[in-house]
Amino acid sequence: MGDLFSNLGLGFGVVFQLVQWSPAFLGGASIPIPVNILLCLIGALVGTLVGVLPGIGTIATVAMLLPITFGLPPVGALIMLAGIYYGAQYGGSTTSILVNIPGEAGSVVTALDGFQMAKQGRAGPALAIAAIGSFFAGCVATVLIAVLGAPLTKLALAFGPAEYFSLMVLGLIFAVVLAKGSVLKAIAMIVFGLLLSMVGSDIETGASRMAFNIPELADGLGFATVAMGLFGFAEIIRNLDAGGETDRKLVQEKVSGLMPTVRDLKDSTPAILRGTALGSILGILPGGGAVIASFAAYTLEKKISKNPSRFGRGAIEGVAAPESANNAAAQTSFIPLLTLGIPPNAVMALMVGAMTIHGIVPGPQVMQKQPELVWGMIASMWVGNLMLLIINLPLVGIWVRLLRVPYRLMFPAIVVFCCIGIYSVNNAPTDVMLAGGFGLLGYWLIKHDFEPAPLLLGMVLGPLMEENLRRALLISRGDWSVFLTRPLSAVLMVLAAALLVLAILPSLRKKRDEVFVESEN
Amino acid sequence: MKRYGRSVAGGFLAALAVLGLPSSQAQAQAYPTRSITMIVPFAAGGPTDVISRIVTGHMAQTLGQTIIIENVVGAGGTTATTRASRAANDGYTLITGHMGTHAASVPLYPNLAYHPEKNFEPVALLAGTPILILARKDFPPKDLKEFVAYVKTNEAKVNAAHAGVGSVSNVSCELLNSILGIKPTGVPFNGTGPAMNALVGGQVDYMCDQIVNAVPQINGGTIKAYAIATPQRNPSLPNVPTTAEAGLPAFQAQAWNAIFAPKGTPPAVVARLNEAVVKALDDEGVRKRLLDLGSVIPAAAERTPAALGALVNKEIAKWTPVLKPVQN
Repeated sequence: MGDLFSNLGLGFGVVFQLVQWSPAFLGGASIPIPVNILLCLIGALVGTLVGVLPGIGTIATVAMLLPITFGLPPVGALIMLAGIYYGAQYGGSTTSILVNIPGEAGSVVTALDGFQMAKQGRAGPALAIAAIGSFFAGCVATVLIAVLGAPLTKLALAFGPAEYFSLMVLGLIFAVVLAKGSVLKAIAMIVFGLLLSMVGSDIETGASRMAFNIPELADGLGFATVAMGLFGFAEIIRNLDAGGETDRKLVQEKVSGLMPTVRDLKDSTPAILRGTALGSILGILPGGGAVIASFAAYTLEKKISKNPSRFGRGAIEGVAAPESANNAAAQTSFIPLLTLGIPPNAVMALMVGAMTIHGIVPGPQVMQKQPELVWGMIASMWVGNLMLLIINLPLVGIWVRLLRVPYRLMFPAIVVFCCIGIYSVNNAPTDVMLAGGFGLLGYWLIKHDFEPAPLLLGMVLGPLMEENLRRALLISRGDWSVFLTRPLSAVLMVLAAALLVLAILPSLRKKRDEVFVESEN
Repeated sequence: MKRYGRSVAGGFLAALAVLGLPSSQAQAQAYPTRSITMIVPFAAGGPTDVISRIVTGHMAQTLGQTIIIENVVGAGGTTATTRASRAANDGYTLITGHMGTHAASVPLYPNLAYHPEKNFEPVALLAGTPILILARKDFPPKDLKEFVAYVKTNEAKVNAAHAGVGSVSNVSCELLNSILGIKPTGVPFNGTGPAMNALVGGQVDYMCDQIVNAVPQINGGTIKAYAIATPQRNPSLPNVPTTAEAGLPAFQAQAWNAIFAPKGTPPAVVARLNEAVVKALDDEGVRKRLLDLGSVIPAAAERTPAALGALVNKEIAKWTPVLKPVQN
């Protein structure tokens, strides 16, 4: 325990470090400046502003802003990058809630209830609860990393391909549960999403699949491309439809309070706690754990809720839980990087890149060799989350005011920003054309009561499932029993089977209807 | 690192950087009179990107112009290389190629839209990154000789990890396997990070990887190294023997990075760029940073455009027979 405090002390010492600044115009006098705090603040602010552009998720934001940190000292650069990461994450939630455009997989779930809340004039509370939930989750996860970082690493190493495959199967079942309409349609959408995820190179042979010799499809369809089309563009077409008129008026006129009410807080507190716990555990698993954190949290809330029919129609728990889970997972995904020196996901790989640029090559000894770096980063996580709260609570009012801009001015702006966002992810014009195509498809889907969310989740889980299935079978030499003989994998499979049985068995029909409430319209 | 960072938006920032430049340098002076774009075919922060940034940082001082790095990712670096091959050959668009984009890609991608020799002018070799033979820490063989014997007798049992089809770890391991005459099960991962994680976790038996990723894990005792596939030992791993010392001299592999210009770039421009690279490679600061990464800095004779052209030719000839059978 003493160690922990001295370590955290070291970390906060680094973060709050003052640098004497003596500019010429002061004539020799100097002002102490908390440089690292400022870097964290700037990072979180810039990250939010870029992340709020539709289509630009955390990976794109961090990759885009990475070069601006190259000129800084290593600790400062990493603290700023961490700030950018949290900012981008939060910025993505903002677009999901306000305009129903998720920038990455995690925010797809936030959009489900967040956008409904916005439609009911409750965008303010939705944004505020997202910030509060994220801050709480961030605080808990920071402590978790400091106290249990090293032992938790074992969990990350115990997860082999078989375990990941079983986890992803569980994830697919979550994807069915979170649909609010017909189960059959939800399954159809998931399968379609899985099919879309097959486009690109085969992981084992490198052979091109369903790419039609178009070089831009060689690496598969981008998440942003499909999400922008299905959510962003399709929503715009629908709003310009005759029937969309009333919906739009609602968004603009019915803005009630900006901050959550006492009732809202009471409703969200348990959701935030559960979301934080789930997210913290899933975040540690490299290579895909964090992806399913937010919808695992959403599914849990929907399943234990006394009135599951509220979900998908603006339930505040449906925003609070996934947002907390997402942020907790974002935080704990640093654990494998800090203790093993192995980046668990694309954002962390960029972090490693930043360290390498500064001549630090992270490895299992980074904690002993660079304690000020590691503990400085851990302390900066907490500071970064505080910054988010400070930046974003006052911004809620501004965002909500944006909704009152007349739609004839708003929609061209959204289209332009979406196009900029999609283009800048890969600098590829083809992506913009593809998003247009998916926009038309999305409109057709909306008109026929298909929900795009399960499709996107299928698309995100598809490659993870396929790759891990094939790895597991390669290692087991084609023996399918590995999924049941490895204990962790078996537990996950049993959980998945139980959820499925709950949904299918006719004797449990009543229970099932609670889970998949039929759409009213 | 194939899938990692498919989302780099260097162009956006690059455009901003160009706008911010002083435009007063347009005097009738020899090349370069404006900023140069260096395409890096991999994500920011990867080994190719880091080496490019270190060297171009110094080159910019010599040339008196900014060099803007543009990260264009996708299809094992061939997307960016195709783009560079079609760029104007005025010396203002260059590419940092590597063993994959300018050699292994020829047998790997039958429909490649460029040819490393026909569509590019070699400028200069920047650095070599040695390849190591690595294994999980509890893998039975104690040294390279035992390793060779073990994988030959247990060919059906062993698993070799790699970072995706066409990655350096994949093609170098194919070379090792073809020398040993074995076909073990290859387990593909998305990038060296996840592959290393599986090796540390003991889920796979061995892999070949670049020195940058491996040094901290070897020093931390989480994995073990049998040999380094270069003629000399590396200063960052003095205890790891070379493949020649350990009894497998045939296995020589190095990932290399080099600058290329589109075909038809004037010889004077190529010479000016080459001179700037040579100067950078002689700078103490640049050398130290490259050596810290475990890189091998090319000797004077290896730094000419002609030497790079010969290297590309030799590498294509080396990889083609090894990688052709992999295709099917």
